[in-house]
Parts: sequence; structure tokens; C-alpha cells
Amino acid sequence: MVRLIPIEVNNLKKHYGDIKAVDGISFTVNQGEVFGLLGPNGAGKTTTIEILEGLRKKDEGTAKVLGLDPWENGKDLHQKIGVIPQQFNFFEKANPKEAIEYYARLFGTPVNANDILKEVLLEDSAKNSFENLSGGQKQKMGLSLSLVNSPDLLFLDEPTTGLDPNARRAIWEVIRNLKAKGKTVILTTHYLEEAEVLADRVAIVNHGHIVAMGTSDEIIEKYGSGERLEIHGAKELADYIQKNTELSVDYDPTKGVVSIQLNKKIDALAALAAAEQSGLDWGEIHTRRDSLDDVFVKLVSGAVDDSGNIAADGTQNKSYNSSKKMRR
Amino acid sequence: MSASARRIFADFRVFGRGYLRNGVGLFFSLIFPVILILLFGAIFAGGGAATVYVQNNDGGQLSRQYIAVLNGTGVNGSWPIILHSVDPSVNFTQFLKEKSGNSAADGISIPQNFSLDYQSNVPINVTVYGSPSQSSSQIVSQIVTGVSNSFNLKGTAPIIGVSSQTISAQQTKYIDSLVPGLIGFSILISPMFAMVNISAEYKKTKLFKQLSLTPLSKMEWLASKILWYITLSFVSLLILVAVGIFVFGAHITLTLWLLPFIVLGPTMFCALGMLVGTLSKSVETASVIGNVITFPMMFLSGTFFPLYLMPEYLRNFAHVLPLFYVVEGLNNVMVYGNYGQALIDIGVTAVLAFVVFVAAAKLFKWRED
Repeated sequence: MVRLIPIEVNNLKKHYGDIKAVDGISFTVNQGEVFGLLGPNGAGKTTTIEILEGLRKKDEGTAKVLGLDPWENGKDLHQKIGVIPQQFNFFEKANPKEAIEYYARLFGTPVNANDILKEVLLEDSAKNSFENLSGGQKQKMGLSLSLVNSPDLLFLDEPTTGLDPNARRAIWEVIRNLKAKGKTVILTTHYLEEAEVLADRVAIVNHGHIVAMGTSDEIIEKYGSGERLEIHGAKELADYIQKNTELSVDYDPTKGVVSIQLNKKIDALAALAAAEQSGLDWGEIHTRRDSLDDVFVKLVSGAVDDSGNIAADGTQNKSYNSSKKMRR
Repeated sequence: MSASARRIFADFRVFGRGYLRNGVGLFFSLIFPVILILLFGAIFAGGGAATVYVQNNDGGQLSRQYIAVLNGTGVNGSWPIILHSVDPSVNFTQFLKEKSGNSAADGISIPQNFSLDYQSNVPINVTVYGSPSQSSSQIVSQIVTGVSNSFNLKGTAPIIGVSSQTISAQQTKYIDSLVPGLIGFSILISPMFAMVNISAEYKKTKLFKQLSLTPLSKMEWLASKILWYITLSFVSLLILVAVGIFVFGAHITLTLWLLPFIVLGPTMFCALGMLVGTLSKSVETASVIGNVITFPMMFLSGTFFPLYLMPEYLRNFAHVLPLFYVVEGLNNVMVYGNYGQALIDIGVTAVLAFVVFVAAAKLFKWRED
């Protein structure tokens, strides 16, 4: 028996006048997978996902979702998928329980609203009207509605944008539970950490193109610069190590960090020996690998801020999740 | 229950519940018209101006002076009468009958030789035409008598007498036409303002896009809103009729002929509001366009004051306003029992409702190309 590939996209294009919002995107999403579409604002993530949801008409290429053309077979498709749109909104006077019951009537599906509220961790706010819910609770309500028709495929368009870290982690927990139940999820986000934590595979989108695709490790391996030793010290220290070893050395004057490329683990000892021999002062040291964040910055030529825009100075808070700290 | 009916009912329920929880909507739909009927019904003759036709068969200086004094005179500073001159060659009673139609038309006839007779102390009879039961006619008679008395005081003995002639068979009062007027007002404002706002707001907040991801169709969504406002208009009608009859003793009829207006009116204004909200670029623009359309209709369709009180150009203008046919139709079935004319009003309202509904359904998009 041939397993259905939930999403197949080939050379997808969507233009608005001269603006190429989506310019030849191709990817597939496999059954039971969480697939992340990463990119800054305006990269083409939402346009892509809205074409796949049947909300926008494509200009060129093919898109099959659960074997259906999303635009032509929108009504059939909507019976089978769950969607939480960007910045989920609802009737301000309705509460989550009523909203679930409303969706259940629209879909003609008998559901237990309490079970769904429990699944999205929203039981405590079941009877608070939408206008009185916090940002995180509103997104959870959106998630609850996307589950009413028991879909096997979910589209989550920036589900945690604008939420505080606690609310974001609560949404992550819900998404992890969905994954554990075997649901296929396509997730757009501009939070790199979110993609690393949740997605099995990611595609980095920029200017309507996919610039990298694979697991986080595969992307880091392919586009990252490997392991590096970082030593806090002066420019003279970088020059000394460069002169007295065969290592590749960079210096970041803004942070006062000497960065040495480690092709082999033993290179770290050579670098530290040279630093010690130099007689110059040096401080904290650690090794680190490029994170998805670092690779992302390289690929989209800049970091993104909390709103998803590329930061003007191209800097960002880097993730040191693979660093090993050592003290002298 | 069919799947479509189930969805319409589900949407009706969630929308209605939200509406009832929002005090503002409920206030403007049900309470505000009641406040207006109590206010207008109580002050009744406390404002406005009456248009009165005058035929001067004399042409002398004194009669012109007499008319000049009458023009703009009111009772205790209010309800001034605005005179419109009618050529002496016109058959005045026939003219007034034609003008009266369903409403009152008051007239004053100045006899031949008015100026000469006044100077010669020969008794003069000024005739006031109108309906004795009409508030406007009573006011006109009062004003003419008052002005005549002031002229008489200048002479040695009363010269100018005033006699009344009934021109209209209709026995109606201001409150009788205020009730259908305010029902029309209620039919207009609730769906119109709400749908303009909802359509623009749902578009802005992408709620329409979200609903399009459910099995609910845009026609089902619109149908549930129309059903809600028909229900609301019906409740408002019952309240206004009750207040009109029990508080002010209005002579109005509750009849099945009201149903076409209670169904077609909200349908037309729901669709019109949705059309404005959908086509506007922003919520603010939608609100301005909605007001530009709604306010002239609210004031110039005979809702608060009978149209005969307005100048002729405004009366003619009223015929291009969709609400005019609803208010006129409601008057015809509730006050005058003129069902022939009501059929025409129903026909015009039905055609307008159909056109606006089709336009709204065509131009309103769930999804983007």
C-alpha cells in the first residue's frame, strides 16, 4: 500500500505585481512529521501556507495537500485539515467552550469540548470571553478550534508570535503532544529556537525561495562553519596565535573575542598553548558550534527580531546550546 | 435539519449570543427607538415647521401684509407655518386633495376684495382647509385665528373671521405615523451600522478568512445575520406598537401585511451594510460611507416627521431613499389601510433588496485570488 504524502509542493509561484512573494518553492512534508518553514517577515511563508490551505490561488507550479488541489477542492480539504492562522482572532464575546461547540456544529462533528480544552491546556479559561483571554490563551483557543474536526494535518502559521516565553513554551508543549499522537504539522515561524525544538525538518525561506532544507543538524553541517574555540582577549592575542600556529583565527572587536576554527579537537590545545606562551592576558574560553540561528543569519543576511523583521544591525542574541564552558 | 440550516442556526446562535452580551448593540436596536418614541410622542408639537399652501384671491397690499405676518408665525415660538403660494386660477380644494395623498395638506384661502373690504369694514371670511383631527391643521387654525385677531384689533370691530373646511378624510395623529416611522428607523439602523462595522472589522482582523476554513459558506453567514436582524426588527416592532398604543393611544393596525417589510427591510440593509463594509479599504472609511448613506435616510424618509412637513425638493429626494418605501409602506398598512399603495412599496423594497443582496453576495469574497 502506497502511503499518501500529506503535502507535495513543486515549483510554486505567487506574484503580486512585480513582487515575487513565492518564487519557485518545492518541498514535501511526510506523514507524522513536524515541518518548519523558517524565514523573516515577507519571506513568503504565509503566502505559501495560505496557498496550501486553499485561501489563496497560486500563479504557477503544483501543490497537493492530502492529494487535493487546495484552491479547487477547498471545501473538501477544509473538512480534513486544521488551521491556526497568523494572529488568531474570534468573536470577542464568545468563550473557548462556546467556540468549540460552534465549530463542532459547523463541521457536523460531535465533540467533547472539555476534552479538547484539556488537550490544549485551556480548561481553566473555558468560560472566559475571547476579549478577556491573554495572547497565549487566544492562541491555545485557536489550536483548540483547529482540532475540532480531528484533522491528521495541521497548519500552524506563526502560532507563538508576540507571546511571552512562558506562553510560547506552553504552546510548544501542545504541539509536542500533537506530534506524539502522530499528527502531521506544518509550522511557520521566525523563531529559530522554536524550529530547532519542534521541527523534524525545516526549510529556510528568503525572498520567496527556499535557501536551505533538511534537519537542523543537516543544515548546520552543510552551511555552518564547524566547531570553534573562543577566547576572550585582545587583538594582539589573535595576532600572536595566528602567527605562531597554523590555525585559522578571527577576531571580533565588538565582543573582544578571538575565534579559532577547530578542524580537529587537538587544535584547541595548540591554540591554548600559544595563548599561554604569548604572555598576554586572556579570560573566559569555550567551544561552540554554529547554531541554526548562526546559519540562518548567514543565509538570510541578517538576524530577525521578535517581530520577524531582519534587524538593522544584523546582530542577534546567539544560542549557545552546544557550547562547552571551560575556565582557566 | 439540513447541514446548511444547521450551520446557519449555529452561526445565528453564536452571533446572537454575542449581540445580547454587548449592551451597545442591544441599546441601539431595542431601547433607543423606545426612547425616541417617548420623546417625540411627548413633545409631539414642540418643534418642526408646517408647510401650508396659501391662495391669495385678492392681490391687494393688505392681504399681502396679512400673509407676510402669517408666514413664519408659530405657536409659542414653535411650529412656525411656512407658506407656499398657489395661483388663484388653480382649483384650491382639488389641489389640496391631490397634495394630501395619504397625509395632511393644510391650506389658507384669502377671499377676493380682502384689502378693499378690510378698509371698508366689510366682514371678511378667511378659510382654513385641513383635517380637524390633524395636529398640523389644529395648529394652522390657531395661528390664522391669532393673526386675524391682531388685525381685528386695529379696526373698531372684528372684521376678519376664520372658518374651517375639512379637506382630508384621514383621521390620523402625529403618533400614528411616528410608530411606523420608528419601526422603519429600527429596521434601518441596527443592521446597517452593525453590518458595516462587522464586515470591515472581520476583513481587517481576517476573521472572514478564518471562517472560510470551516464548512460555513459566505451565503450561510449572511443568511444568519439577516435572520438575526429580522428577529430583532420584529421584537422592536412589537415594543414600539405596544408603547404607541398603550402610552400614546396611537391608532395603528397590526396586520400580516407588516411581514414583507419586516423581512425585506433587514435583508436590504444587512446586504447594503455588508456591501459598504466589504468594499471599503478600512474600518474608518466604511464607517464614514455608512454614515453618509444612513443619516440622510434616517431623517428624510419620514421616520421622525411626516414628509408633508418638508419642502417639496426634499419630498422628491425622499423617493430615491430605500427606507422611504419601507416607512411609506408601514404607514400604508398600519395607519391608512392603503394596501394597493403598500403593494407598490413592497414591490420596490423587494427589488431593491434583491439587487443589493446579489451585489453583496457577488462582491463579498471569503478567499483572495
